[in-house]
Amino acid sequence: MNRPADKSLLRFLTCGSVDDGKSSLIGRLLYETKMIFDDQFAALKDDSRKVGTRGGEVDFALLVDGLAAEREQGITIDVAYRFFATEKRKFIVADTPGHVQYTRNMVTGASTAELAVILIDARKGVLTQTRRHSYLAALLGIRHVVVAVNKMDLVDYSRDIFTKIERDYREFAHRIKLEAITCIPVSAVAGDNVTSRSRHTPWYGGPSLLEHLESVTLRDPAQGAAFRMPVQWVNRPNPEFRGFAGMIASGVVRRGDALRALPSGRTSTVARVITPEGEALEAVAGQCVTLTLADEIDVSRGDVLCTADAAPAVANQFEATIIWMHDEPLLQGRAYLLKIGTKTVTATVAPIKYRVNVNTMEHMAAKKLELNDIGVCGLELNGAIAYESYRDSRVLGGFILIDRLTNNTVGAGLLHFALRRSQNVHWQALDVNKRARAVLSHQKPCILWFTGLSGAGKSTIANLVEKQLHAEGRQTYLLDGDNVRHGLNKDLGFTDQDRVENIRRVAEVARLMVDAGLIVLVSFISPFRSERRMARALVEPGEFIEVFVDTPLEQAEARDAKGLYKKARRGELKNFTGIDSPYEVPEDAEIRLDTTELAPEAAAARVILHLREAGIVDMGYDPVI
Amino acid sequence: MSALDYLQRLEAESIYIFREVVAECEKPVMLYSVGKDSSVMLHLALKAFAPAKPPFPLLQIASGWDFREMLEFRDAIAKKFGLELLVHTNEEGVRAGVKPWSHGAAYSDIMLTQALRQALDKYGFDAAFGGGRRDEEKSRAKERVFSFRSAHHRWDPKNQRPELWSLYNARKNRGESIRVFPLSNWTEMDVWQYIHVQQVPIVPLYLAKPRPVVRRDGRLILVDDDRLPLGPADRVETLSVRFRTLGCYPLTGATMSSADDVPAVIREMLSTKNSEREGRGVDKDGASSLEQKKQEGYF
Repeated sequence: MNRPADKSLLRFLTCGSVDDGKSSLIGRLLYETKMIFDDQFAALKDDSRKVGTRGGEVDFALLVDGLAAEREQGITIDVAYRFFATEKRKFIVADTPGHVQYTRNMVTGASTAELAVILIDARKGVLTQTRRHSYLAALLGIRHVVVAVNKMDLVDYSRDIFTKIERDYREFAHRIKLEAITCIPVSAVAGDNVTSRSRHTPWYGGPSLLEHLESVTLRDPAQGAAFRMPVQWVNRPNPEFRGFAGMIASGVVRRGDALRALPSGRTSTVARVITPEGEALEAVAGQCVTLTLADEIDVSRGDVLCTADAAPAVANQFEATIIWMHDEPLLQGRAYLLKIGTKTVTATVAPIKYRVNVNTMEHMAAKKLELNDIGVCGLELNGAIAYESYRDSRVLGGFILIDRLTNNTVGAGLLHFALRRSQNVHWQALDVNKRARAVLSHQKPCILWFTGLSGAGKSTIANLVEKQLHAEGRQTYLLDGDNVRHGLNKDLGFTDQDRVENIRRVAEVARLMVDAGLIVLVSFISPFRSERRMARALVEPGEFIEVFVDTPLEQAEARDAKGLYKKARRGELKNFTGIDSPYEVPEDAEIRLDTTELAPEAAAARVILHLREAGIVDMGYDPVI
Repeated sequence: MSALDYLQRLEAESIYIFREVVAECEKPVMLYSVGKDSSVMLHLALKAFAPAKPPFPLLQIASGWDFREMLEFRDAIAKKFGLELLVHTNEEGVRAGVKPWSHGAAYSDIMLTQALRQALDKYGFDAAFGGGRRDEEKSRAKERVFSFRSAHHRWDPKNQRPELWSLYNARKNRGESIRVFPLSNWTEMDVWQYIHVQQVPIVPLYLAKPRPVVRRDGRLILVDDDRLPLGPADRVETLSVRFRTLGCYPLTGATMSSADDVPAVIREMLSTKNSEREGRGVDKDGASSLEQKKQEGYF
């Protein structure tokens, strides 16, 4: 038995489509490294007869095609993780499917891999998908690539064919700056050059695939870099102990080292280093530790501890590459949650600079990113973060995007650099603030957000509410959809991304007006929940009052004061809410006005009543008197 | 200090997962089955939060047919580390007289799957650590570290969130809960190597010694108490046996072995010819059966 301490770990990913024999190759590696037990092998032989593609012979691919649905369809549709070990190394294999629609899975597998094995069918040579896989591997920071030219048995182990494929590949790899490339002629089905060198390829002098995986030296750049650790959890078992737990992203930390906490910038020195083996003098990248500091400084989850005199920069606007992973497209201007390291912030994408065609590497103009699209975008966060470019640090430069409504992980991204405007524009802390203005005007500023179908009566009701408030001496302003579109937003149309931007601008204007102390009435169709939620998040709790003007589509359409529904039905008006663009009904509106029951005057009275009950305005007399 | 070896890297990944759940979830719990994987999980949890205690309780689903030695070990461990231990049994199942040999496949559903759901609902846990590993079974190989369950505890393999780098998205929708598998990337061999290197305490049932057994359907079943029905043809033999996995004693087959310490177990494993699940009764009904059970909420 080898002492485990002698063994290192290599995480790699395999890419190529089922037709390239990827599953067969992994199945073969598992079998040859004795990871397949007798009962599993018996089940495999059984399966091979039933559903195998090798005419009753053992089909190693079946070892790794996991989910029942996939096995029936004969394709791998999700990332699967495989394990095998030799005397020298333990291997974790991310097995990712090669079909065009599964960029998402390959990116997922590549995010934790140090090396990629890319399969090429010897009969087909370098294909579009080979280029796509290589590009994604390079993008995700994998520098070591093994090109396994498979099915050599079907081309009579031809040296010429192998040499041509190798030349083609190297020429391409050079262009995308992939550095370390090893090409190996193999046959996964016949077992040539998989674990040992084959007698069928006497012209090949290199290692077998497994020999290469066992011996390739991978330099971990994190070991030599400056110390960084995102704080994951603050450990406070008793008043005497306050430790900051996290995994060291890069570098070394020693007792007595001067550290800086970011984004605050406060400094202290390391008092204790607690590793999984107990108290130690130092700890290195990859270890999970708990550090205590000599001074009581304010540090919490999401902060980054780093070497005091070599700290990373802090910013809130970036250029980043985003890989979109969801059926609903990414829209410019929409807000998402962004998780980076141990910190979660709100991020807005604006603007999308271009989309990358992963087959040709061309840059294409884009206003949204669809599932499996890759684009380069501006990114604006609601708070500053410590960061490094992804090229320098996967931990401080890699992030995921989370949809705020569904909580799904919808995208992944790589930070490149901070945008200069984020360093130059600072939020001005002003002395005369919202509270001061509110006291002067005897009202609590707020946003009354009227949402509903076109023709529901939003503007009519909002207008009545404003008249009543004005009569009481309140300071108000009504932002109306149609009016704003004539000016501020006249450059916007009615596509989904323009609607998002339309609402973003209106919400920002409304926020400034709340800051000015006004009661702002916003009358916009605002069909999407996530934008209404974004607007809500801009102001303080209690300042956003959503008013759902609830009118059935038939009634709004019957009313059709502006003749818009008729136009939309005739197809003259595209993307019309309720007809060919969705309206997402509010789930948590403060006020719902059912216009089948309430006349506009009664509806307005109900809104005023809510304002009184919520203490936005007082009970109908002037408090000054 | 040089780069980490493979066990240190696996250990660090697991500790990171434990801390992430505690930082992002409201009410986590650790499913403690008393087996070797649970023992390693607990060892990692103790390390992750030291000098504090793990900030969550242990939950054991007791079927009533647990090995006696497991229950003794469970209580001793909870006491030794001063941990809160919750034990849940499906009392309806007990009242209905559900027994391992009388209800076939329904037994594990009622006494384990249903019992687990009952316990999670009863205490309102929003995240549960489990000892599942991806090397155990083909459908597990595709399961995420953070695996979401609907309000009805169902797993939807088609709709899993992508997991990149070490960025786990722990945000749940109403009613959803998460199963978290800190040992996802460990193999059975890794678990044993770690037990060896770290001297993790394990139930003695994993080590060979002479024990009374009867032969049932080609398996060696321990006569753990007098509830196991014995027919006139049953012959109780005393054989040197040990267990590779532990479940309910009437359903768990022992293997003949002389491996009476951990290094001997590892040596035996290196020459073994059968997978660890082979000794379990649960997942023999066809290659996709564990996947089905998981969709229904089996851990």
